[in-house]
Amino acid sequence: MAFLEIDELTVRLPQGRAARPILDGVSLRVGEGESVGLVGESGSGKSVACRSVLGLLPEGAAVSGAVRVGGRDVLGMRRAELRSLRAREVAMVFQDPRASVNPMRRVGDFLTEGLRAAGTAPAVAARRAVELLEAVGIRDPEGAMRRYPHHFSGGMLQRVVIAAALAGEPSLLLADEPTTALDVTTQAEVIAILTRLQAERGTGMLFVTHDLELAAAVCDRVYVMYAGRIVETQTAAGLFARPRHPYTAGLLASTPRLDPDAGPPKPIPGRPVSLAEAPTGCAFAARCAQVRPECLVEPPALVRADDAYAACFRVDEGIVT
Amino acid sequence: MTGSVTRTSGTTGDKGADAVDATLEVVDLCKAFGGHRAVDGVSFTLAPGGSLGIVGESGCGKTTTARMLVGLVSPDSGSIRVGGRERSAPTRNRAERLARAREMQMVFQDPYLSLDPRVVVRECVEEVLRLHFDLTREQRTARVVELLDQVGLGEREASALPKALSGGQRQRVAIARALAAEPKVLILDEAVAALDVSIQAQILDLLAGIRRDAGVGFLFVSHDLAVVRHITEDVVVLRGGRVVEAGPTVDVLTEPRHTYTRLLLDSVPRVGWDPARIAADRRALEREAGGSSGD
Amino acid sequence: MSTLRIDREAADGAIVRRPGFGLLRALRQGPLFAGAAAVLVLLVLIAVFAPLIAPYDPDAVDLTATLAGSSSEHLLGADQSGRDILSRVIHGARTGLLGPLLVVGISTFLGIAIGVAAAWRGGWIDAMLSRSMDLIFAFPGMLVAILFVAVFGSGLTAPVIAMSVAYTPYVGRLVRSIAGQEKARPYIESYRVQGWSGWTICVRHLIPNITPTVLAQSAINFGYALMDLAALSYLGFGVQPPDSDWGSMINEGQAALLQDAMLPSFAPGLCIVVAVVAFGIVGEGIADRVAKRER
Repeated sequence: MAFLEIDELTVRLPQGRAARPILDGVSLRVGEGESVGLVGESGSGKSVACRSVLGLLPEGAAVSGAVRVGGRDVLGMRRAELRSLRAREVAMVFQDPRASVNPMRRVGDFLTEGLRAAGTAPAVAARRAVELLEAVGIRDPEGAMRRYPHHFSGGMLQRVVIAAALAGEPSLLLADEPTTALDVTTQAEVIAILTRLQAERGTGMLFVTHDLELAAAVCDRVYVMYAGRIVETQTAAGLFARPRHPYTAGLLASTPRLDPDAGPPKPIPGRPVSLAEAPTGCAFAARCAQVRPECLVEPPALVRADDAYAACFRVDEGIVT
Repeated sequence: MTGSVTRTSGTTGDKGADAVDATLEVVDLCKAFGGHRAVDGVSFTLAPGGSLGIVGESGCGKTTTARMLVGLVSPDSGSIRVGGRERSAPTRNRAERLARAREMQMVFQDPYLSLDPRVVVRECVEEVLRLHFDLTREQRTARVVELLDQVGLGEREASALPKALSGGQRQRVAIARALAAEPKVLILDEAVAALDVSIQAQILDLLAGIRRDAGVGFLFVSHDLAVVRHITEDVVVLRGGRVVEAGPTVDVLTEPRHTYTRLLLDSVPRVGWDPARIAADRRALEREAGGSSGD
Repeated sequence: MSTLRIDREAADGAIVRRPGFGLLRALRQGPLFAGAAAVLVLLVLIAVFAPLIAPYDPDAVDLTATLAGSSSEHLLGADQSGRDILSRVIHGARTGLLGPLLVVGISTFLGIAIGVAAAWRGGWIDAMLSRSMDLIFAFPGMLVAILFVAVFGSGLTAPVIAMSVAYTPYVGRLVRSIAGQEKARPYIESYRVQGWSGWTICVRHLIPNITPTVLAQSAINFGYALMDLAALSYLGFGVQPPDSDWGSMINEGQAALLQDAMLPSFAPGLCIVVAVVAFGIVGEGIADRVAKRER
């Protein structure tokens, strides 16, 4: 049994605020120590799916399906259980480190507050925090404990956030675009730290990003989302070698590449489905080069094709790009 | 037309005649904020109708450079010339202001903040025409339709307010608006960075077409090497306000000479990417530069 | 009563809300907002159609009715001179609303002009204008008003001018800070790059975009101005008898209190309270809506 299991999760905003569900029958698994990518463009629902693991859902939303962490259903949890889930089992790293750290408090307080709240003695918590800062590559960790967030650059602060996330020794780390706000060289460094610590500690990771290349570089397995649905899932290598869904293929083709012989990026025509639109068939049909009449009737289910799964009626035919 | 980074693109015909007049030359540009030297002796040349990338990480001075070029920031020293006309000093009168605006226009990064929320798309483009050209109402209307059509926007978008448009559509409006002044050089300051990948490719495609058809020169400011690789012919790599490497994009990106350029290239995520090695290289480079800032 | 208690803590950019109105804030949304807005509309209608609504000439003296209580002839009774209080209260709404309207109108206009000029030009112009506004903050508006009355004579004009001056910095400071933020937005910068003059950009784009926030502040100011002007006429520095005015009516009615007649001072007092509370609720409500929209 996987540590994180999301089953047929459907999230609908209250009437009038959206025409289609933000999440529509999303199922995904993250095993112990596994790192899994969740890739999609803005509005695909990837962040909503990620937050649901902590029991954070949009206000007033109608929810069906299940989110299980370690076999326990998160959506049915009471407040105290949710708190202990967030403190001990699942930690989250957000996109903007500046927005997720209280600017008025010292880094040391930020790092130890979770531990102290869980009953660790202050001295022990402080020692642990110093170890963590050292582990994420911050020079002079003792000094760093006494400093304020504005003394740190974005990349350094994101390391502090990662240290804080790992402080409670969680079994699962949720990383929501953790490096999007950072420079490329800083991104590489933060990813290096994140993947090393995750591997050392056997922490599972759900890595949410818009960057297919980054997801493939970091993760074992990747889910691709489009308009609130999972459209494809397979191993990172398989995704590049043989994408099964036209959207994945389109996304790969539209990513500009550095290789000397790479052609110019090929755009996907049209634009993503907004929350105000509710296409009857496959949400990607309007942009798809291989659309067939049945695509417009009902959305295709996720079907198996060798080692991969894709939600496309033409999955067996292969993709012609 | 001096320096290693000038190479003309295939602009022909009557565009070629005034193309001679449209070389952008930047020499020894400097700007300090407080004690911090944001831009420190930057020089480059953009041939008429050419495409030059300025790449670097945040704080490298690329955005300050772009803002100095369009006159939003005044340089401490150095010169900016388009077709030999100096434009680094503040404008003195309306005629000069308009003449400079027709030399260079800019597209900003954030499509959600770069359009007046109260002005409909058609009006947004039309007001530029009113300011710069002496056209009749019919001519103006026709030109607006033409410009919007050029960026792939139709009648429905033309009468919409920005809030009704997606990020990609807004960026198209911003491009149409910049083109309305018929500038010789278009500065694109991270113009595709805020867009989704599939939309980003559309805009890059659009920009390539515009350069081909309109013969406008591009100054493409970006942190994204892969994007720069596809849209520029020459590139300048900035670090800490200084040019560390310059040359034809293909050469610089395939055989980088400076270790920093190599680090930037290695940092781009791809299959077989080794973040741990990049991190080590980065620390080595910082030690070499005597940098102690950490990031 | 102190006229200007400046909340130094109130950061630049926040709408200045006078302490003591905090309670109103809790009641500002929902049916109460609608109710308060209805009260204001009613007040305006009463003021406009005062001569048609009022049962008597407000200045008509009827000594047989001196200090008459509430009756079918005089709904709110009559004052010492036998003038109908209801009619006087109705006519009092005219000066009661006209005064603050002028104050708010003039101070909003001046505040926008000064605030935008300071934010747009920066440098020494900003320093000079900002220091001038601080200087005005230093003088209690009431004292200035009394001084003006002493110099220019009583009536509505002198207090309105003095209060307009006193209220200008409230608007000016707010405008300066939000205009400063707005100026840095790419859409304003893109107009500069297009070659528009600063004047045109401010008038056509910057000011319209900050107007909702400024109007929210002005609506709040309206209630304060009404109270301050009423206080001035209560003290005898405003509208002079026999013209009906709520503030001076309270003053005149004070003597009647000794003769156990409540209505001559109570009725205008209640009007002031109702008007100020209604403006407070509506102003806070608008401010909240603007804040929500901006988020």
